[in-house]
Amino acid sequence: MAAFIELKGVAKRFGALEAVKPTDLALQKGEIFSILGPSGCGKTTLLRMVAGFVEPDQGRIIVNGEDITDRPPNKRPINTVFQNYALFPHLSIRDNIGFGLKMAGRPRDVITREVDEMLELIRMADHAHKRPALVSGGQKQRAAIARALINQPQLLLLDEPLAALDLKLRQHMLLELDRIHDEVEITFLYVTHDQGEAMGLSDRIAVMNEGSIEQIGTPAAIYETPATRFVADFIGDTNILDGDVTARINGNYVRLELDDFGPVVAWNDKGLGPGDAVHLSIRPEKFTLTREPPGATAERNAIQGRVEDLIYLGSQTKFRVGVGGRRITVLQQHARFQLDTKPIRWDETVWLSWHADDGYMILERGAAAEGGQG
Amino acid sequence: MVRRWHEWLLTLPSLTWLVVFFLIPSLLVFAISFRPAGPYGGIGEGWTLETWQGLANPNYPEIVWRTVWLSVLTTVLCIAFGLPVAYALARMEGPWRNRLLLLIILPFWTNFLIRIFAWRTLLHPEGLVKDVLLLFRLASPETQLLYNSWAILLVLVYSFLPFSILPLYAAAEKFDFSLLDAARDLGASRWRAFVSVFIPGVSAGLLTAFLIVFIPVLGSYAIPDIVGGPTSEMIGNKIAQRVFNDRNLPHASALSSILALIVILPMLAVLVRRRRRGDGAAGGRAA
Repeated sequence: MAAFIELKGVAKRFGALEAVKPTDLALQKGEIFSILGPSGCGKTTLLRMVAGFVEPDQGRIIVNGEDITDRPPNKRPINTVFQNYALFPHLSIRDNIGFGLKMAGRPRDVITREVDEMLELIRMADHAHKRPALVSGGQKQRAAIARALINQPQLLLLDEPLAALDLKLRQHMLLELDRIHDEVEITFLYVTHDQGEAMGLSDRIAVMNEGSIEQIGTPAAIYETPATRFVADFIGDTNILDGDVTARINGNYVRLELDDFGPVVAWNDKGLGPGDAVHLSIRPEKFTLTREPPGATAERNAIQGRVEDLIYLGSQTKFRVGVGGRRITVLQQHARFQLDTKPIRWDETVWLSWHADDGYMILERGAAAEGGQG
Repeated sequence: MVRRWHEWLLTLPSLTWLVVFFLIPSLLVFAISFRPAGPYGGIGEGWTLETWQGLANPNYPEIVWRTVWLSVLTTVLCIAFGLPVAYALARMEGPWRNRLLLLIILPFWTNFLIRIFAWRTLLHPEGLVKDVLLLFRLASPETQLLYNSWAILLVLVYSFLPFSILPLYAAAEKFDFSLLDAARDLGASRWRAFVSVFIPGVSAGLLTAFLIVFIPVLGSYAIPDIVGGPTSEMIGNKIAQRVFNDRNLPHASALSSILALIVILPMLAVLVRRRRRGDGAAGGRAA
């Protein structure tokens, strides 16, 4: 399938700061694509270049086969939902939503009809006459989305659209966004620093750091097979252990010697051989915690440690287990409260075990930049 | 009820001040216009409509008209020049913004009259402006730059521009410029975004700028006196003449009252209309 939206080598520099290094990106028609990264990673600059507010130093932006790089924002088939909503305070919700059609010079009765449809879509017909100052944060958010969608853009940009909302409302709006996307079938480019939003909403995610994209993939690919140490660290919790490959085991696995940790077996998806330096990332929920030594097999690693800290989180308990000078974070799900009569306590000696497939090897930065494509 | 009582108490000092030094004197001026003039410049006994009938002077409509159009045009120009300046200032980086604001306030450090006399030198038939205009063949040697309405307009705009820039800047500084991005994003050209989003966004500043320029210009006296000459007088000059030359206080009072009515009547009309629309809250904020 040909890409619907394409960024080719787009870059931007502000003085000495390389805000966005030459970046390629290809979006499919109708997908929700997220750019995820910490603040200052360049994701907002990238978005503003697509919207037309920032002129790229180099590179081209192509939408549906048309090069729009040199067009001003008002001449692009793209609309934006701004972080602070940016609703016009002097106009009613209705006039805010109809603004784009008015600018396009559409007849008044057409505007009224289409605004009515939008109000229906966002379920705000009762508040149409109000000024933005008089509606709630979630309603402002919905109005901002409707105002952008009514122009039927080829691409909808969403700049941290939920950042200003509280947690409950954020979760609700996430579902709402998903529903709206299903109805309008417009391509969404969603920029956020919140991995929960990106994971929950996106078809694909690009993780961005220091002006460049470190990995593009489905939420599961990004989570389970991070391409770089940064991605592993930034997405969710993880334990990263440094070490070297010492031997290959029957093609699919390698033996690693980890600093402060000892020998373990890991899945060898990269065809590594003895001498390669790696980071091993093991997610906290991948461990099994037991008092008795687990029945070790060739692909199951087991190591003894001591519980140094534990935090009860309701559905889960987070353990900090000391193993040879390292503290490993372990997350255990409480599936069966009634049977869990003797939970593991602080200061107990326990066995940590995990399947070799659940330890994911990451090469030193740079060597694996193209890896992990989902 | 307690809160209302507190509000009244807090308003009391300013209310007293305005009543004693503004409302009562204004009413006195209005009242004096119905008194006869005393033979030696004082105010005579009894009541009369003589002064108001005497206003049917054939010169007056022309002077009132000139006063009004000069005031309106000055205000419009001050706002038209002030808006882009306020916009640019508000978008500027901190240090530069402060330096430029200082430049805008700088003229106030020189006495008002001296600045106007400086214009007289500049616009003089052998002054700098004329020389430059002649150099570029934009004026003929007979062109008279001083002593006409255009000279007054020029100096009025020069004098009152800072007064329009400051409130407009104060409003622009609070304006959320991402709204302009939003307007552009939704298909508005730069100009359209400025007109349909920025200008409504600084409407409170526009109203302040309008009042702060229009009202003083309406009553201006020194500027038309110094650069305007006898053929382009404004009401302010006539009032001064009635007081200082003719020593006819009732006549001066009548003229002052006309001036006050020119301001008060439109404001009352706006207020009544707002009240009728039940737009009380919004009206209170804007005023």
